[in-house]
Amino acid sequence: MSKTQPNLPTLGFRGTLRFIWTQLTSMRTALMLLLLLAVAAVPGSLFPQRRAGADVVENWLQDHPKIGPVLDFLGMFDVYSSVWFSAIYLLLFISLVGCLWPRGRQHLKTLRQPPARTPRNLKRLPEYGQLVLEADGPTPEQALVDAEKILKKSGYRTELREGSVGAERGYVREVGNILFHFGLLGVLVFMGIGGLYKYEGQKIIVEGEGFTNNLVSYDSFTPGTAFAEDRLAPFAVQLEDFDVVFDRESEAHYGQALEYTATMNVTPGPGEEPYQDNIKVNDPLTIDGVRMFLVGNGYAPNITVTDGDGDVAYSGPVIAQVQDPNTNSSLVVLKVPDAKPEQLGFVGMFLPTSQTGEDGVAVSVDPDAYNPELILNSYYGDLGLDDGTPQNVYVLDTDTMTELNSRNNDNGGITIGVGDTYELPDGKGSITFDSWDRYVGLDIHYDPSKWGVGAFATLALISLVISLYVRRRRAWVKATERDGHTVIEYGLLARGETFGLREENIKLRQIFDNTWPVIPPSTSEES
Amino acid sequence: MTPVNETLAQYSELFMLIAALTYLVAFFFFSWDMATASRSIRKLEAELETEHAKELVGASGGPTVSAPADSRQLVSEDMEYTDGIKRPAANIGVAIFILAVLGHGFAVVSRAVAASRAPWGNLYEFMTSGALVIALVYLVFLLRKDLRFVGTFVSGLVLLMMMGATIGFPTPVGNVQPALQSWWLITHVSVAVVSSGLFALTFAMSVLQLLKQRAEKRGPVAGFMRLVPSASALENWSYRLNAIGFVMWTFTLMAGAIWAEQAWGRYWNWDAKEVWTFVIWVIYAGYLHARATRGWTGTRSAWLNIVGFLAIVFNYTIVNMYFPSLHSYAGF
Repeated sequence: MSKTQPNLPTLGFRGTLRFIWTQLTSMRTALMLLLLLAVAAVPGSLFPQRRAGADVVENWLQDHPKIGPVLDFLGMFDVYSSVWFSAIYLLLFISLVGCLWPRGRQHLKTLRQPPARTPRNLKRLPEYGQLVLEADGPTPEQALVDAEKILKKSGYRTELREGSVGAERGYVREVGNILFHFGLLGVLVFMGIGGLYKYEGQKIIVEGEGFTNNLVSYDSFTPGTAFAEDRLAPFAVQLEDFDVVFDRESEAHYGQALEYTATMNVTPGPGEEPYQDNIKVNDPLTIDGVRMFLVGNGYAPNITVTDGDGDVAYSGPVIAQVQDPNTNSSLVVLKVPDAKPEQLGFVGMFLPTSQTGEDGVAVSVDPDAYNPELILNSYYGDLGLDDGTPQNVYVLDTDTMTELNSRNNDNGGITIGVGDTYELPDGKGSITFDSWDRYVGLDIHYDPSKWGVGAFATLALISLVISLYVRRRRAWVKATERDGHTVIEYGLLARGETFGLREENIKLRQIFDNTWPVIPPSTSEES
Repeated sequence: MTPVNETLAQYSELFMLIAALTYLVAFFFFSWDMATASRSIRKLEAELETEHAKELVGASGGPTVSAPADSRQLVSEDMEYTDGIKRPAANIGVAIFILAVLGHGFAVVSRAVAASRAPWGNLYEFMTSGALVIALVYLVFLLRKDLRFVGTFVSGLVLLMMMGATIGFPTPVGNVQPALQSWWLITHVSVAVVSSGLFALTFAMSVLQLLKQRAEKRGPVAGFMRLVPSASALENWSYRLNAIGFVMWTFTLMAGAIWAEQAWGRYWNWDAKEVWTFVIWVIYAGYLHARATRGWTGTRSAWLNIVGFLAIVFNYTIVNMYFPSLHSYAGF
């Protein structure tokens, strides 16, 4: 440190830096940053986050036009990637490194040093004991050799000195402490690496359909920042079959889904032998480190639509979105832009076990497909797809269309079972419910950094246990001669928490009593 | 899937009710002990005085067992049982509490057997099993340490949880949904519950620590607070228990991350439940550090501990019920 004059209020540039560094690496700052981190994490659970669903955030912003933009500016919808959240944890880790680096170096020095100097007066220590040995017992020198052996056996590092033994134990506590924080740092680093190389995407596959792992096949895809397309493992899968087991035993939970099994045909790479494997909830399929997770499922009715000209304008499965998981009533939206002379649109429900009530409204009464029916409204006109603006496939915009079939007009709604065809009014065409399949929603993830995260997290957990439960102790034993008797004095000191020091004293005392011919304390020891 | 044993399920519900009523009785006895603490202390002091007088009359030399010195302390700093003060109400409370735990244990186990799975597949089961674990953690410590002074809190909390489960989330026994059919449900949730039990216990100790501190500042401590160990003893012991709880909570977090990776492919997704588990972890990490920071021991660390437990309660109630989350298995 440079000498500073009392009349100089400024620290200078380097001095200021040093001051900031000292403040940042102090325990108090670290603690404040830690608590700040806890507070800063909370808004992410209160407000919708873009990373979880951008559309939810957009809806929220529309519902709160005043406060919404302000919160958005503050990063409340991207809390965990916001500047302030990152700033807190980066400062915290800098503070941590700045705090632990010198501690680590200090501890390395301590590890090479002998146990601490023997205090002059052992009686001042929190735990102290004195023993007087029989006259025919060991000499002070022999007793110290014994004591050193005993302490060594109890896990102490010892040093035999002139008239005393110095001992210290629990060095690994500080090692655990440093490794714990180092482990957390490792977790953070590997999470960052994951952000570079990982990718994730979603894909819906109908029974019989396949998926090849390339960019165009994904329904949605989120790459890491260092992603390149040639990193995609060139595998292909096909959904052979999707099977659901429903609970038919329990009265209270009748019809609850118990088991989902997707049977997949897997081709691990071009020209390689295909094999069959299953995906279940909690049991993903792994191909070349890429994991496929079963996160959703539903029904996909196969529908054929002919247009007013008599040509087939659509034929294939339509993904129906489950609205009620208890009955699997599902929303069906079908847009037929190829229909001529006018485009057609259908909106309605797929009911797996359809039953028409007394009020004439059909509902599904079971999640399994016992009596599947399509209940649809139809529209003709302009679907609004031609100008190229992206549309939600699950929403039919009927602003520029004319209602053709509905419960509310004279034509009535469309109700068709499997194999039924309905002729649209006014010669607009027809719709046929050919058959139905199930579909699965798959999440596809690749994150090579997770092993690093796992390893460092495990390191952190193990070191945490060491740093909390290994006890740091110092012990000293002195031996002197008095009236032909060897007198042993010993003292214990805890560094840090003092739990169990008394017990340690009692244990040590017992070993001493068993090793040496000790004169019972009632006749020798002063109280 | 083995079918559900409906008869056993009914017994489970019956015993849950019986156990709750028994806890209620234990709660009354613990409260009675609190309310009559001053009288018990006065009685002890009177006894000691007469004993002391007798000793003076006897005036015999030699090493007699010097009981008064120890017992007058009323309560041991290390929370050891002392034979000084007699607290019949508290002892009856403990006995009834044990009966309640037995009934409660039967109710939870029979429900697990009825469904052939771990009994925490929905919020009702989670709360009733969680309450049992809290009661068991308390009993285990009661074997070694004199923790009768938190009996009112523990029996009250357990009763509250059972009532909340039965009234708020009654769910008939059933098989568990596919998302929860995992070995990690057993480890992740059970460790979370045990650590929450520890945190609940230390929460009560920290509250008492603050009350005791205030009482000590004001002058001579009176009434029930005299049966509570000193503020520093409470602080030391809650630190020890929290150290165990923190390790378990760390494990909970990690096991949860591993399970999330297996179920959704992302080990960490900042889901509402994950956020709060993390927040709680950070608060208790702060608590452990506070002990080593000048100016943060004592009152401040006690408050941190209290805030940590409130966050846990928030996580199990409000977050479970109102926050949109992938973790919504509440079963309602």
